[in-house]
Amino acid sequence: MSSILSVENLSLKVQKEELLKSVSFEIKKGEIFALVGESGSGKSLTSLAIMRLLPDAIFVSSGDIKLKNRSLFILPESQMQKVRGKSIAMIFQEPMSALNPVMTVGKQVAEVIEIHLGLKKEALKAKVVSLFTEVGIKEPEERYHWYPHQLSGGQKQRVMIAIALACEPDLLIADEPTTALDVTIQADILKLLKKIRAQRDLSILFITHDMAVVSQMADRVAVMRHGEILEQAACKTFFDNPQHPYSKSLLKEALGGKESREVPKRTEKLLTVKDLKVYFPIKKGFFQRTVGHVKAVDGVTFSIPKGRTLALVGESGSGKSTIGQAILSLVPITSGTVKFEDLDLSGLNQRALKPYRQKMQVVFQDPFSALDPRMTIGEIIREGMVSLESGGKEKALQDEVIKELLLKVELKPEYVHRYPHEFSGGQRQRIGIARALAVEPELIICDEPTSALDVSVRAQVLQLLKKLQQESGVSYLFITHDLSIVPVVADEVAVMKEGRIVEQGYVMDIMKDPKHEYTRKLLESAPKLPKEIKR
Amino acid sequence: MSIVLLWTDIMVWALVISLLIWGWVVSRSVQIKKQWHTIFKSSIAMVSAMVLLFYLFFALLDSIHLRFPIHSAGVQNQKVQYEGDIVSPLDLIFSHNIESTERTYSAPFSTHEYAKSIVVDENGVTKQAYLPLKYVSQSDDLVLKSFAALVVGLIISCFLIVLHIFWRAGGHFMERFRQTWQGKTHLPWRTAYLTITLLIMTFTWLYMLSFHYHVLGTDKVGGDVLYQSFKSIRTGVLIGVLTTLIMLPVAILLGVSAGLFGGWVDDMIQYLYTTLSSIPGVLLIAAGVLVMQVMIDTHPHWFETTLERSDLRLLFLIMILGITSWTGLCRMLRAETLKISQMEFVTAAKAFGVGKFTIIRRHIVPNLMHIILISVVLDFSGLVLAEAVLSYVGVGVDPTMYSWGNMINQARLEMARDPMVWWSLFSAFVFMFILVLAANLLSDRVQTVLDPRNRV
Repeated sequence: MSSILSVENLSLKVQKEELLKSVSFEIKKGEIFALVGESGSGKSLTSLAIMRLLPDAIFVSSGDIKLKNRSLFILPESQMQKVRGKSIAMIFQEPMSALNPVMTVGKQVAEVIEIHLGLKKEALKAKVVSLFTEVGIKEPEERYHWYPHQLSGGQKQRVMIAIALACEPDLLIADEPTTALDVTIQADILKLLKKIRAQRDLSILFITHDMAVVSQMADRVAVMRHGEILEQAACKTFFDNPQHPYSKSLLKEALGGKESREVPKRTEKLLTVKDLKVYFPIKKGFFQRTVGHVKAVDGVTFSIPKGRTLALVGESGSGKSTIGQAILSLVPITSGTVKFEDLDLSGLNQRALKPYRQKMQVVFQDPFSALDPRMTIGEIIREGMVSLESGGKEKALQDEVIKELLLKVELKPEYVHRYPHEFSGGQRQRIGIARALAVEPELIICDEPTSALDVSVRAQVLQLLKKLQQESGVSYLFITHDLSIVPVVADEVAVMKEGRIVEQGYVMDIMKDPKHEYTRKLLESAPKLPKEIKR
Repeated sequence: MSIVLLWTDIMVWALVISLLIWGWVVSRSVQIKKQWHTIFKSSIAMVSAMVLLFYLFFALLDSIHLRFPIHSAGVQNQKVQYEGDIVSPLDLIFSHNIESTERTYSAPFSTHEYAKSIVVDENGVTKQAYLPLKYVSQSDDLVLKSFAALVVGLIISCFLIVLHIFWRAGGHFMERFRQTWQGKTHLPWRTAYLTITLLIMTFTWLYMLSFHYHVLGTDKVGGDVLYQSFKSIRTGVLIGVLTTLIMLPVAILLGVSAGLFGGWVDDMIQYLYTTLSSIPGVLLIAAGVLVMQVMIDTHPHWFETTLERSDLRLLFLIMILGITSWTGLCRMLRAETLKISQMEFVTAAKAFGVGKFTIIRRHIVPNLMHIILISVVLDFSGLVLAEAVLSYVGVGVDPTMYSWGNMINQARLEMARDPMVWWSLFSAFVFMFILVLAANLLSDRVQTVLDPRNRV
C-alpha cells in the first residue's frame, strides 16, 4: 500500500512553549488511522497543521508534512486552497455550527462541488443527490431544499460527510465526529464512515478520545499526550498488548474498574416517584396563552433505596434531566407524586420545601457554567450552608466545614480564596460535589457529571463519588447517556425513551439480558472494547 | 456665610460618596482590583482618567454653593440679609473675570474691542475707532508673564507629584522616584504625572494671564469666555453623570426582572420599552421641558434666586434624558439575564432554596456588572454631546445657565459675520472635545478589559 500522508518530526511552538514535540506518523491508502488522547494532548493541532490552518501565533519549528510525497509547507496559499477540500477534507465535532444556517443543505454541498469540480446546474444537482444517497440521507431530492435547523444532529453530520466527500478527497480528517451525538446515531455514523472507506478506498485520520470507538474503527492507533506520540501500533496489537504505561492506564480507565456489585438487599426506600408527569406549556401570542404541551416526562415510576444508586439512562431529549429537576421542584410537576421518605413533596410551597432542600442536592454536567465565576470557592460552598442553616451559624465554624469538604473531595484547603476560572474541569467538578455535600444531603442527583470530562478525570470523579457513598451512605440518582459507566456506578438502572421508562431493574440483569428492544439497541450501539482485554 | 444646597449638588455629592464607598468595596475584592489594574496599565487609559479627574475637580469645585451675608453696619439683632447671588468656589477663583465685564466682543489677548464704535473726541470730531478694553493691561510683556505662569504651574505640579510619590513609597522614596522616572512602575505613573503637569501648567497659564487679558476673548455682552467655559464643565459633567445615575436603577431593575421572572412581567416591560423607544427622543424631551418651563413660570415664588430656578430645570432635563435613555441598556440586560438565569450555578442556588432576590443580588447583578460599566462610560460622552444639541435646539438647560450648548447656540449667528467671531465656539468645542475624547478612550479600554468575549 502506498502512503497518502506522512508527518515527519513535526514540532509546533507558540513563543517559547512547545506544543507538539517531533510528531511522526504515516497514513496509508485506504487506512483508518486513529489519533487518541485527552483534551490538550495536541490531536486537533496536528490536524490543523495538516490543513495548514494553524492560528497565527503558532508556528512550525521543525518537521514536514507530505501529501503523496509532496511537501505541504512549501506550497503557495493558492495551491493549498486546492488541496483543502479536494485532496484533504475535514469533518468536525459540532455539525450544528459547521453548517451555514441560512443556506439549504443542498446548496452548501453544491457550492463545494462547483468550486472544485466546476459542475453546473443539472449535473451539479444530480451529483449532490447521489452523494446524499451515498451518506444515507433518505429522500435526497427533497432534503436538498431543507435548511440545517430542519435536520437532526445525525443528519447534519451526514451532510457534513457529504460535503467532505464531494470532491473525492484522498484523505478525510474526522475530528471527534461523533462526540456530540447520541449512542445509536454514533453507531450509524461510524458504520457509514467504514462503508465509505471500503467503497472509495479512502484514508481517514480519525481523532477521538474514546478508546471503544477506536477499537471498532481503526486499523492503526497512535496515543498522544502533551504533544508527543507515546505509542503507535496496529489496532489489534495495541489492544492485546499496550506497551506504554499511559496507554495501559487509558485502557483500564475506559473499562472502568469492573467490579461486580453484589445484588443489594432490600433496604428502606429514600425516594419514591410515582406516575410523574411534567408537561411544558407551549405559549404564544398576547399575554402568553397556552396553546399546547410538550410532554417531557410522561408517567414515570421508580424508587431509590437508601445508600444505593439508580442510573437513569437515555438519549438526549428523553426527559431524564427534567426528572431530576422535577424531584428538586425546580420545574412544576403536572401530575404524580414525589415522595421523600414518607412525605409528598409535590404539593409543597418554597417555604415548606426548605428542610427537604437540604436532603437533596445536585451535581451538574458542565463544570464551567455550574460555578459562579464571580465568587470564590469558599463563597460558593458556603452559599448553601447559609441558606439552609447547616454546618453551624458562625463563620469560623463554616470555614472549618469548608476545609474538611475540600479535603474530602481531594482538593487543597488553601483553594478557598481562589476563583473557579483557576481550576481545570475535573477540579471544578470536585468543587461542585463539595458544594452539594456542604449541606449533608441524603440524595444527590448527578446530572451527567462526567460527560464533559476526559477519560482519566472521569474515572477519578466516579471513584470519588463511590468513595463518598461508602463513607456517608448517600444515595445517588445518576443521570447519564453513557451506558459504559453504568455498571461502575449504579445498583439499579432505568432506561428512558421519549419521557417514559421502557425498562428498569438491577444493573447486572439488564446489561446481561435486556428485555426491551430499545435497551438492546442502545447496548448494541455502544462502542465496545475487544473482548480479550476485558479479563 | 451659608451653604446653599441645590438639588443637583446633593445628587452629585451623593454620587461621589457612593463612588468612594464602591471603590472601598472593590479594593477588597482581589479579582476586581486586578481588572482595574489591567485597565490602567494602558497609558492611554491613565491619561484619560487624569483628564477626567481634572474635569471632575472643576465640576465639584462648582458644586458647592455659598451665599454671603450683606454687611450692613450698625444694624444688629436683625435677621441676616443675604446677597442676591449664590457663588461657588469656582466663582471666587474667577471673581476678577466676573467683575471685568467689557462692553462687547473682543478677540483673545486683544487690547481693543473687536468692532469699531462711534466716538466723539476732545476736538468734537465724530469718528469710528476701536475702543480700548477696560480691564486689559496695556503693557507689552506677554512672554514674561507666560513664563512666570508656566514656572508657577511647574512648581505646583512638582509639589503634588512628590507628595504622591511619597504617599505611594511609604519609606523608600528615592527608590520609588527612580522607578517612576525610568518608567518601571507597575502602572504607568510617569505618564500620569506628565499629564497632570501639562494640565496644571496649561491651567495656571490661562488663569494667571486672565488677570491681565481676556485669554479666550469676550462674548456679545462682554462676558469672559474662559470663565464661561470653566463654568460649563459642571453642566456637562452633571448631565453625563447624573443621567446615568437616574437611568441605571430603572434599567437594572426592569431588565433583570424581565429576564428572570419571564411571563407577563417580561411582556409588560417589553411593551413599555418598545413603546418608549419608538417615540422620538427629542420630541419627548421638548414636551417635557416645555411643561416644566410653564410650571416654573407660573410659580415664581418657589425660587429665591435665578440659580435655583435654572438648577431645577437642569434637574428636570437630566430626569427626562434618563427616562428616554434607559431602554437600550434595559434590553441588553434582559438578554444577558435570560442567559445567566439558565446557567447551572443559578439552578444550584435554587436547589439550595436561596430566595429570588438573593439570587439577583448575589449571582445575576455581579455577572452583569461588565455590561453596566461599559454602557455607563459609553453613555457619558453621548449625553455630554446631547446637552449641546438640545441647547442648540432650544430645549436644553436654562438660557441663563452656562453650558457649552448655550455657548454654541449664542455664537452660531456670529459665524456668518465678517470678520468672524470664532472664539466662543472654539472654546466650547475644545473643552467639550477633550472631555468626550477622554471618556471615549477610557470606555474603549474598559470595554476591552471587562468584556469576557474579548479574552483570548
